[in-house]
Amino acid sequence: MQSNSEAAIAASTAQTQSLLADGDYGKLTFYGWKRENGRVGVRNHVVILPLDDLSNAACEAVANSIKGTLALPHAYGRLQFGEDLEVFFRTLIGIGSNPNVAAVVVIGIEEGWTKRVVDGIAKTGKPVTGFGIEGHGDIATIARASYAAKQYLQWATELQREEFPISDLWVSTKCGESDTTTGLSSCPTVGNMYDKLIPRGIYGVFGETTEITGAEHLCKARAATPELGERWYKMWKAYQDDVIEAYKTDDLSDSQPTKGNIVGGLTTIEEKALGNLEKIGRNSKFIDILEPAEAPAKGPGLYYMDTSSAAAECVTLMAAGGYVVHTFPTGQGNVIGNPILPVIKITGNPKTMRTMAEHIDVDVTGILRRDQTLDSAGDALISMIQRTANGRLTAAESLGHREFVLTKLYRSA
Amino acid sequence: MSIPQCLVHTPQDSCGVVVVEDLKAGTDMLCLITENDTTFTLKATGDVPIGHKVALKDIKAGDTIIKYGEDIGKAIADIGKGEHLHVHNVKTKRW
Repeated sequence: MQSNSEAAIAASTAQTQSLLADGDYGKLTFYGWKRENGRVGVRNHVVILPLDDLSNAACEAVANSIKGTLALPHAYGRLQFGEDLEVFFRTLIGIGSNPNVAAVVVIGIEEGWTKRVVDGIAKTGKPVTGFGIEGHGDIATIARASYAAKQYLQWATELQREEFPISDLWVSTKCGESDTTTGLSSCPTVGNMYDKLIPRGIYGVFGETTEITGAEHLCKARAATPELGERWYKMWKAYQDDVIEAYKTDDLSDSQPTKGNIVGGLTTIEEKALGNLEKIGRNSKFIDILEPAEAPAKGPGLYYMDTSSAAAECVTLMAAGGYVVHTFPTGQGNVIGNPILPVIKITGNPKTMRTMAEHIDVDVTGILRRDQTLDSAGDALISMIQRTANGRLTAAESLGHREFVLTKLYRSA
Repeated sequence: MSIPQCLVHTPQDSCGVVVVEDLKAGTDMLCLITENDTTFTLKATGDVPIGHKVALKDIKAGDTIIKYGEDIGKAIADIGKGEHLHVHNVKTKRW
């Protein structure tokens, strides 16, 4: 392995252009950090993770004191039970376990559930410590946690990037503020990237269970086996029956399609779903169905995760699943980011490119003008994925978008 | 090649997407089918915002609308060839 240096990264980025020109995608590399469990991350965060809403203040105080650490405040963690609680724990443990995170300090109101999160993250072998507030108060807890955070931060900042094959990269996708241009340009660009990189051994994932409605027959056919397709269809149908049918209103109260989708020209959920599914390309079949925030365990390939279609919820679940770079096609200009998962925005809408360029990383408006092929757009995205992995901040990272949103399945006790 | 004003996914589709800003009524649009790169022209009968669809043929209320070669919903009013096709005249079949 080559040692880390800015020159080596620059050389690797330059070499990418000739590899892309030759279609030699398997020889692409990136510079990341290998974690204790063998996974490779592209960011090096020290996270201050609240177990529950009550611990947000202490976590934010620690992150204010120890500059360079990252607090992840959120709204939940109290009185959840059953499957909803399992999704909650899987998400927190998954975020802490993500290879974009070097080390974690967990703070909770009490020590029992705090320990459960600490123990879950500790399975990766990375440094993690937990603190309970009860019996100590915020101020003493902040002091104790700050000493641990400072130690982790100084340790993490000495870790060096090393060169790894592209097959070590896990790339997720979810689109947002879609319009008719996403189905014509930015979603097929992601699909083209997956068609090129999935056969080279990367992990991919797509989801958005409500947003497959209208394309469910096509999605079912993209399962690797008929049995998996049946299992996928049952999952999709259960969502339709248990949630949509139980609570539905006319046009889902302008939520599917959204007001933004409709302004952008999308008329029905069927039309939206068909554009959405363009993200998985032409060739890949998905090899397993993941629960929300579940990490894939069947080797390289494309996975389906059962997620909401709300952008921040979905991207947070994919981050918890262990993905390290996210590709996000947008039409009308969704501005979402994630605290630990770099979100690359792609648009083909010339109006969005004209009015919101600061949010866009990859401009594929040439596809609509027919002066850019899908093949070249896919290569441009691959190049941006590599540059992002190598350390380039995405538009969302630069603008401070850190949407960390937990999925809630039902009311708390 | 000139820049197309309207893109169509497949030859089976009954609607196409306007992909330029400020398209005015009466424009003879250059339409391109992305699946096979063939072109045709179609007159837009009204102003159509970028990203919005136009009917490629006369459509009757109740007809299925085809895009991507697939069913995307049903017409709830008659729609003339070249007319703006959106939530005012098309609805989902799902909810």
